[in-house]
Amino acid sequence: MSKTHVTTKVNGDEVEFLCDPRETLLDVLRDRLHLTGAKEGCGTGDCGACSVTVDGRLVCSCLILGVEAEGKEIGTVEGIAEGETLHPLQQKFIEYAALQCGICTPGILVATKALLEKNPDPSESEVRYWLAGNLCRCTGYDKIIRAVMDTAAEMREAS
Amino acid sequence: MALDSSKTTGFKYVGTRPNRPDGLDKVTGRAKFGADAYAPGMLHAAIKRSPHAHARIVKIDTSKALAMEGVKAVVTRADFATGLEGEFGDILENVMAGEKALYDGHAVAAVAATSALIARDAIKAIEVEYEILPHVTDVDAAMQAGAPVIRADAADASVPEGLHPNVVRYYESGHGDVEAGFAEADLVVEDHFLTEATHQGYIEPHACLGTLGSDGKGELWCCTQGHWYVQKVCAACLGLETSQLRVTASEIGGGFGGKTTVFIEPVALALSRKANRPVKLVMTRSEVFRASGPTSSTSMDVKIGMKKDGTITAAQGTFRLQGGAFPGAPCEMTAMCAFAPYDLKHVHQVGYDVMSNRPKQAAYRAPGSPMAAFAVESVIDELCGQLGLDPIDTRLKNASREGTRASFGPTWPRIGLVETLEAVKAHPHYAAPLKKGQGRGISCGFWFNHGGETAVSLALSEDGSAQVAVGTPDIGGSRASMALMAAEVLGIPYEDIRVTIADTATLGYNEISHGSRVTYASGLATIKAAESAVQKLCARAAAKWGIPEDAVYWEDGYAKPSGPNAGDFEPLHIDEITATMGATGGPICGHFEATPEGAGVSFAAHIVDAEVDPETGKTSVVRYTVVQDAGKAIHPTYVEGQFQGGAAQGIGWALNEEYIYGADGRLQNAGFLDYRIPVASDLPMIDTVIVEVPNPGHPFGVRGVGETSICPPLAAIANAVSNAVGVRMRQLPMRPSRVLEALESAADG
Amino acid sequence: MKYYKPATFEEAIALVAGAEGVTRILAGGTDVLVQMRSDIITPDTLIDIKAIPGTHEITRTEDGGWRLGIAVTGAEMSEHPELGRDWPGVVEAMDLIGSTQVQGRATPVGNLCNGSPAADSVPAMIAAGAVVTVTGPEGSREIAVDEIPVGPGKTSLAKGEIITALTLPPRGAQGGDAYLRFIPRTEMDIAVVGCAVNLRLNGDVITEARMVLGAVAPTAVVVHAAADALVGRTLDEDALSALSDLAEASCNPIDDKRGTIKFRTHTAGVLARRAAKIAYSRAKGAKA
Repeated sequence: MSKTHVTTKVNGDEVEFLCDPRETLLDVLRDRLHLTGAKEGCGTGDCGACSVTVDGRLVCSCLILGVEAEGKEIGTVEGIAEGETLHPLQQKFIEYAALQCGICTPGILVATKALLEKNPDPSESEVRYWLAGNLCRCTGYDKIIRAVMDTAAEMREAS
Repeated sequence: MALDSSKTTGFKYVGTRPNRPDGLDKVTGRAKFGADAYAPGMLHAAIKRSPHAHARIVKIDTSKALAMEGVKAVVTRADFATGLEGEFGDILENVMAGEKALYDGHAVAAVAATSALIARDAIKAIEVEYEILPHVTDVDAAMQAGAPVIRADAADASVPEGLHPNVVRYYESGHGDVEAGFAEADLVVEDHFLTEATHQGYIEPHACLGTLGSDGKGELWCCTQGHWYVQKVCAACLGLETSQLRVTASEIGGGFGGKTTVFIEPVALALSRKANRPVKLVMTRSEVFRASGPTSSTSMDVKIGMKKDGTITAAQGTFRLQGGAFPGAPCEMTAMCAFAPYDLKHVHQVGYDVMSNRPKQAAYRAPGSPMAAFAVESVIDELCGQLGLDPIDTRLKNASREGTRASFGPTWPRIGLVETLEAVKAHPHYAAPLKKGQGRGISCGFWFNHGGETAVSLALSEDGSAQVAVGTPDIGGSRASMALMAAEVLGIPYEDIRVTIADTATLGYNEISHGSRVTYASGLATIKAAESAVQKLCARAAAKWGIPEDAVYWEDGYAKPSGPNAGDFEPLHIDEITATMGATGGPICGHFEATPEGAGVSFAAHIVDAEVDPETGKTSVVRYTVVQDAGKAIHPTYVEGQFQGGAAQGIGWALNEEYIYGADGRLQNAGFLDYRIPVASDLPMIDTVIVEVPNPGHPFGVRGVGETSICPPLAAIANAVSNAVGVRMRQLPMRPSRVLEALESAADG
Repeated sequence: MKYYKPATFEEAIALVAGAEGVTRILAGGTDVLVQMRSDIITPDTLIDIKAIPGTHEITRTEDGGWRLGIAVTGAEMSEHPELGRDWPGVVEAMDLIGSTQVQGRATPVGNLCNGSPAADSVPAMIAAGAVVTVTGPEGSREIAVDEIPVGPGKTSLAKGEIITALTLPPRGAQGGDAYLRFIPRTEMDIAVVGCAVNLRLNGDVITEARMVLGAVAPTAVVVHAAADALVGRTLDEDALSALSDLAEASCNPIDDKRGTIKFRTHTAGVLARRAAKIAYSRAKGAKA
């Protein structure tokens, strides 16, 4: 069996792993690095539960190979909070009950964090379209959208 | 003293909206779901599935797979228990095919290997020889003479003679004389309706990690709505003593009924027993669609007679439910729910449970009820339209209320349908103007709700905080509701209570988290367990004060003497009692085990505005309001969430979701790309109104809320679309091509 | 499966030419990885071209057109300050593909090479007159985008050849393009029908017109007669009607899980009208 050695950064920490070239970044994050925050809901880029950032760009980790992570900087849900302090999105998601089962939540948090970094003042429609690739089956999205809009407003006031 | 904390007003904690106890875990990625467990030496498993809708399994050759580097075990049906019958027999047959593959995706063998990739490669190396048999996937076709027989002798005694062997159960109920009732009507509308199978669509695929030794002792971790049921089923499938298998429920990434049964857990355990190592098994999304349980597809006929003043004179319905290759389609629920909202003198309903070459249907949120509402509420809308009647006034005129004889027999206790309909009528949405191209629809919906076997244990700590162990997996924030109810009884802050979902070794049998039963039944049990702890707290205070136990009462977290005659003592706070409990009689715990029977039924009514693109037939839902009786909303935010989630699933079911089978009997859309659940940009905000008509069967008045919310949407949206395009929509989903055809027929007509 | 990450196109071409079995080029991977996960294909050789210099760049050509590296993603196209001003139809077609996450990876060249009849960016690129540079052991040649797909999942590329660049022509004065697709939801679906229109005007009068349909035939359909129907006239009701009829007449679709022959044919006509109106208003100066 021929495995490839990969060096990358995950949430700011340098990590090394060996992986089969067929393994996705999601497989590697979960099975090799035991960062299980990113979830596999479909494996085909349709649900967004595996959302991570690669060099700041929002992507589905199921649609990237582990070997492609070489030299990149990966951001996952585990890196969103700073120490004990939750990111405002995380706080608002709890307050608004923007999750029921919580399986889509890591992906949605990674995605909305990326949105607010790019667009601090999105319209409701912009939030909805940005999140179209993050399926949630529990909430009907209502409370998620409200939580994101309120977080954005609060972050704008704070900055 | 006999403690009874029953009340419907004056709450301190119940009805507030605190943060859920597991919030931090869920927003940081720390929460452990089904696929998030790892064990030392763990193997990964994969399942070989039939590509044929119906085929005799002639031969399975596993030798090439077994010879592969890294493959540690292969199992087929021969590795499971024999002689099972009835429910467990069906589940085992579904978990691993025996003589025949009964649907596209039916499991025929499985592999455990040192990596997931090797396991995937190994199942391709398993060679299965099939003799392909004729198949049928359509409900009406499956009932026709000459249709392929899925399994002979599957029908039970309820089925009248002369029906096709694929009709496996029959249900009939009603009262009065419907023909006489129709004769009294000014207008009778009879129509035929079709709905396609939909999937629960939870985002977390089924996943488990099992360990089983040759000593018959095992450990199982899995995402399930009910781990005691998993324990029982797995023990049967593997020939174990039930108590020797401990099952722990992971966090669950959605279920909606689809995780109330067992698909993969016995396979992981069988592989583990053979390989003598822990085995993890996770379904792919494609497997979830092909081989876990969707809903039934239906074919329905509904006939309703009405007078010019809106009085319904009679109603009759025939409901044929396709349930896949096994008995169990909820035909009686469909028939029972159909006319439940209405006070009818003459009513008759019939249900058929029909087998086909599709995966075994599983419960999906109020199983069977949404389809019935689609047919019935469409016909009522048609009658109102033709007679020029207001749809809400007409429903109010015929509404079931306390004392009404229900369409399926019992007499209704206190129910909240009238209050719900009045709230719809008063809502600004109902009177808001519509734009061109838009239509408004409303519909009622009904669900029974359920109690079921329940055990809860509560333990106090020395510092006066409390830990509650419940046995119903938390699918949508129920820990918060349990903590609120315990806080209310104990009189201590919500934050001082930790709620844990206990494993099967820790509590007595708990029925599945289904039937909207958790806040009702586990809530009731939590209240009773807290009351039993309070009783012991009072006893300790009484002993300290040297007065009789019944001279002490509990208020706001304090034991107090019941009056001047009892003596003049400073109230004792809970933490003063628990601090010394070791020396005053030992640990203080409360528990409750029972099968509560007082679940309160609930009704909902939805208002929908839909806009149809007349050139493409594409429908957009532009405004949506849910009104539902919750009995008592323990945590209103999560109640709203249930309302919104049910509505969203209903929107998907009504507009775009469907199982699409090819002529070859294979499922063509086994993925989220072509099984189109609503995405964020498809939906508007979903307004909610919580009606509270307390359920007398719960100390705080709780009715289940989770399922009723999916009962009205199919009909409400169909009525909105029908009103927008001017043609009655009788088939779901109302995909654009279907709506366009309706528009064309209107133009031609 | 062997994974290679060549540093030059020469190296990549040598790998492609020398590889045995199934070879796939990996750019965004949003099709290749899905096919691998679904066991539709398992490549023996996977060649990741993203380390090759220049593959991520969008640059203005000397004649005023645009040259896109083959790893340029939909998101990079949408974010580019000038590309969308020249070719809004091409950019919006690419932007319709998949989610925000998919946009972060998916490339128009990948969309082209995947060979799907429903590829959104392909009709828009053809309507725009886009050209790809195809390089093989024998050297490079420029080929119009519409010559690449030859059937579902099939391209005209010979063994050893890969696409090394994508070029959009200069927009020029009074031009406008647009792409619309029909899907059942608002996002995340594969096109049931797609329609790209590219127009040039002189005043209100159309001087050049190209219409290309997607998802209505084994490959994108160039409706050549669209030019005859539109050139020399304004986009009045008669022109729109003619265009709509032409679109319907050009369809050769299939019945499948995503749409019927009847629905696809009808909707092609609807989209033709709508896309033409947008392209026309853009040609007259409306912002995308």
